[in-house]
Amino acid sequence: MIGRIPKRFFVYGVLTALLVSAPLHLNNYWLDVLNNVGLYVILGLSLNLIVGHSGLFNLGHAAFYAMGAYTAAILNTLFHIPILMLIPASALTAGIFALIIVRPIIHLRGDYLCIVTIGVGEIVRIALINDIFGITGGANGIFGISRPILFGMKISKPDEFFWLIWIFVAITVFLFYRLEQSRFGRALNYLREDEVAAEGSGINTAYYKLAAFVLGAAWAGMAGTIYAAKMMTIAPESFNFWESVLMFTLIIMGGSGSIPGVILGAFLIIGLPELFREFKDARMLVFGIAMVAMMIFRTGGILPPRPRKYPIDHAQEGSVNP
Amino acid sequence: MEFFFQQLTNGLAVGGIYALIALGYTMVYGVLKLINFAHGDLFTMGAYLGLTVLASLGLHQHLGAFGGVVVLALMIMGLVGVVGILLDRAAYKPLRESPRLSAVVSALGASIFFQNALMLVYGARYQYYPKDILPKTVINILGMPVPLMRILILAVSILMMAGLQFFIQKTKTGTAIRAAAIDQAAARLMGINVDRVIMLVFFIGPALGGAAGLMVGLYYGQINFTMGWVYGLKAFTAAIMGGIGNIPGAMLGGILLGLIEAFGAAYISLAWKDAIAFLVLIVILIVRPTGLLGERVASKV
Repeated sequence: MIGRIPKRFFVYGVLTALLVSAPLHLNNYWLDVLNNVGLYVILGLSLNLIVGHSGLFNLGHAAFYAMGAYTAAILNTLFHIPILMLIPASALTAGIFALIIVRPIIHLRGDYLCIVTIGVGEIVRIALINDIFGITGGANGIFGISRPILFGMKISKPDEFFWLIWIFVAITVFLFYRLEQSRFGRALNYLREDEVAAEGSGINTAYYKLAAFVLGAAWAGMAGTIYAAKMMTIAPESFNFWESVLMFTLIIMGGSGSIPGVILGAFLIIGLPELFREFKDARMLVFGIAMVAMMIFRTGGILPPRPRKYPIDHAQEGSVNP
Repeated sequence: MEFFFQQLTNGLAVGGIYALIALGYTMVYGVLKLINFAHGDLFTMGAYLGLTVLASLGLHQHLGAFGGVVVLALMIMGLVGVVGILLDRAAYKPLRESPRLSAVVSALGASIFFQNALMLVYGARYQYYPKDILPKTVINILGMPVPLMRILILAVSILMMAGLQFFIQKTKTGTAIRAAAIDQAAARLMGINVDRVIMLVFFIGPALGGAAGLMVGLYYGQINFTMGWVYGLKAFTAAIMGGIGNIPGAMLGGILLGLIEAFGAAYISLAWKDAIAFLVLIVILIVRPTGLLGERVASKV
């Protein structure tokens, strides 16, 4: 049976082992970089559901991320609710926000949807800066968010956050993998490839698009909670257009619609600027060139999704009655 | 009344600038179905090149104020247009046959590249145009004072738009551009050199954007390497508002956006200025899913 396990699973296994042992041989600086990568993996996977699987052009994902972070920060600082308990609340707020905002615009064609999502992202950021309802703290944001406590243990050091974030990543990867394989995931792929045909086959396209948006937004909201817990202070500028661009780019670079691709993309997007540090001021210049070059040489991303395969069960095939 | 009139003229001038930039987005989109996210940075480049040429050649001293600015504008348009063609060659041409989102990422990368290149060359601080290039005349219209600059900006942008409209509608090359926008393959079969059309579009769009950059420099006096993001985003909004791919739509959207912003900032709230513009856009798209003048091809839900 061992011969049947594809080679890539060994690669995944080795990489996972390397990752799990990271706290042993990395210093705090690189662990923190790794934690950022983990956050972007979660954000990337949540956006991947919208952009990669459903083919909806969303360049305003930071709005949902911000929603989650601010929900957690406000409830935590005002009512002193432990921050990890607020994860469901953040998911709910971001999800409901997405539902209200996206419902009237879900029928827009690709590029029109793109500018509207950019607009929503900007409106949210401006609302936060203008201290909407007097609870967002204006341009300075919110500070004094308490550290997360898990099983009586306070999480504050990078290696402790490493476990919190990457276990969350593992759960996300597992759930999104199952979703990808499900009827729901197949329906999303169908409407990405051909919306008219999907509708003709009885897929309620508006429902599925909306569901993908809401689920992706809710997941980004949860990532926002973790971000708030990690930074202890949040400000509107952490959720600007550039953040949305990063999330979008990491998906397309890594391989849109592919979970390993998104993970690799997050490593590249966070890792490349670290590697280009020696270029100093020209760092972002080189980053821009790298983006263009990567798209030209790997148009579909570095690890594009593998085609779906439905193996025939040989044991059953043999026992079919004549 | 005077306050209202000031906002009106200011909105029209800013709207004219938005419209000029929006034309670049809409023309490229019309032919290639590509959102050129680096267009806003070509606009910034126009502003910076204008400053450099002004400082090094001193055209306004030799040719007089208006003659100097006209020659300067033509030079900037030519230069930025060539940069536009180079941009297409380097970042977009290899991606013609690839998925559209890959081209979008390439465009975002190009935008980051231009922005940082400008920062490295000119520095991160604000740069200032010399103050004495154009006379600060204020003229009276119906008894209300209006700075000459605003009228000039509006007049020049309307002139350029009218010229473009004439070129697109009445000349043979313009017809070729329209044909390529409708169906590239069919246009090829009719003997139209589509690659040349694309090159032309990538010249005209950035040239107009560069001219707009120069206008912003002359109007506000200060420029920054990040201003392309904001103006680009606004102009893209304007193009979508009017119906992207549609040239009169971009003009209408630009002027409309300028007015909405000016009046929104004056009568509602300055801090919410940008949010108001996007809110109006969303409302327009809910009512008319392909913009004000766009064709009706949106999917039904």
